[in-house]
Amino acid sequence: MIVAARNLAVRYPGAGGRALDGVSFEAHPGQLLAISGPNGSGKTTLLRALLGLLPPEAGTAVIGERPAVEWGREALARAVGVVPQREETVFPLTVGDMVMLGRYARLGPVAAAGRADHAAVAQALARCDVTGLASRRVDELSGGEWQRVRVARAIAQEPRILILDEPTTSLDVRHAMELFELMRELVTDGLTGIVITHELNLAARFADRMLLLDGGRVAAAGRAAEVLTPEVLAEVFRWPVAVSPWRDGSPQMTPLRPSERDQGAVS
Amino acid sequence: MSGRDGALALTVLAALVLGLAVGSVPLAPGAVVHGLLDPSAPSAAIVRQLRLPRVLLAFVVGGGLALSGAALQALVRNPLADPYLLGLSGGAGLGAVAAIALRASAAWAVPLAAFAGALGAIALVYRLAVVSGRRLDPRVLLLAGVVVGAFAAAVMSAIIVLADAPTLRNALLWLLGGFGGASWQSLAVFLLYALLPVFVLFRSGRALDLLALGEDTAEYLGADAERTKRLVYVSASLLTAASVATCGIIGFVGLVVPHACRMLWSPLHRTLLPVSFLAGGVFLVLADTIARSILPPLELPVGVVTALVGVPLFAVLLRRTLA
Repeated sequence: MIVAARNLAVRYPGAGGRALDGVSFEAHPGQLLAISGPNGSGKTTLLRALLGLLPPEAGTAVIGERPAVEWGREALARAVGVVPQREETVFPLTVGDMVMLGRYARLGPVAAAGRADHAAVAQALARCDVTGLASRRVDELSGGEWQRVRVARAIAQEPRILILDEPTTSLDVRHAMELFELMRELVTDGLTGIVITHELNLAARFADRMLLLDGGRVAAAGRAAEVLTPEVLAEVFRWPVAVSPWRDGSPQMTPLRPSERDQGAVS
Repeated sequence: MSGRDGALALTVLAALVLGLAVGSVPLAPGAVVHGLLDPSAPSAAIVRQLRLPRVLLAFVVGGGLALSGAALQALVRNPLADPYLLGLSGGAGLGAVAAIALRASAAWAVPLAAFAGALGAIALVYRLAVVSGRRLDPRVLLLAGVVVGAFAAAVMSAIIVLADAPTLRNALLWLLGGFGGASWQSLAVFLLYALLPVFVLFRSGRALDLLALGEDTAEYLGADAERTKRLVYVSASLLTAASVATCGIIGFVGLVVPHACRMLWSPLHRTLLPVSFLAGGVFLVLADTIARSILPPLELPVGVVTALVGVPLFAVLLRRTLA
């Protein structure tokens, strides 16, 4: 199932300019798309518009074959799993209950969870390596555990499309790597994957394609080598960077200190 | 059915029988059952005409208040929310006190005025909280509720202060709440109003689980956040308005019972809502039983009892859960 934006423009009610303007891309099954850009460049707005929470002012957001705004919420939740950047835990659940929330779009308002639901939850917990945490309360988890539990909840939705919004924020190196590896595996199994991230270097190594937003517009799109160039990055992030290839050929970005700027230009 | 469910069912039954047995004429549990089954039994008149409607009314009102509280706490994502926080009690109080001050004599006048006052407050709060005509913002809802409630309470205080002594006493008694006027008729009227909101709230449990995570997350997991918010707010408000009109302002049930149930039972609303309903019913039946039997022939306002009994109970529970 594809996710696509076609010349998508969004304006928040009462806002002067467009929060998104002329954004186009397509994400396909078996591929991981990384979306990046400076703070406030429209990444989370794009996510909300893609999922039909913001009506487009122009253009369309498409999930599968239909515009996102035409989907019902339950049907959409069966097709697309989202791990949002933030969420609240006012009434802390256990990990098992939290992952079961991923089944609600299939359960409806009153039906008890059946064998298929419990199986999907168990599988999602195992997939994210959090089976041992099932009876822990979510407010007692570490940052890395919490993120994996939320990915498990999205997997329990049994979606065709998986979207993570800044999943590695506040994660250490190991947990960040594990999360990208997990995402890569899921995509290899046939999911359409989108990850919104500031980790440009990890994105360059794990993603098939990248989309760089700046001020609500697409600054660059394509394979990592096409997007992560010193010129593009310096302009988008307003900071000089050097880019050099890692062993696998993926471009790796190093931001420069003021004293290093002359050397940056050569590499 | 687990052991816990069985224990809850037994508690409900025990509370109802106790409520029917205790009173100015104490009855043995056997006499209660006899009076219920046999219209010619000596205890039949007391049980059927006096105590049964009162006990049942206390049960459904307590259940309604606890259910509203549980749902509203999830809606505004704040465990301190209370059915009265949303301006309802102020509006209802103003309506009732105005009717009392105007010496409205018909039995239905004060409840009707209270109900109208509550509806007015609901409409005003709702209007204030629907930001830019489209979205219902729970934070604004809370603020609007507090403001509307405070304004109504100010007007009500002015009326009370300017009123004569009997009006003052009647108004105060009404405000503290009680089931002295319970009858089969008031039970029937309450049920008529309560049935639909209760049904809607019971069906909103899963959506409320999702809404408690935040609105975007709820939408991503399949809930229609806007629709859920409106349905839950309107249902919980109508349910509370009906209970205020029937028996005055009974505090504490809607705040504390959901809390206790969340700690003892489950934070998942598909279970929490019905359990809160039953537990709220039990709590209010017991509170009313104490209120009418502890200082005979006087009757304490039930709102005083809910706080006097509920606060220490809740404090103990809080300590135990945190320990």
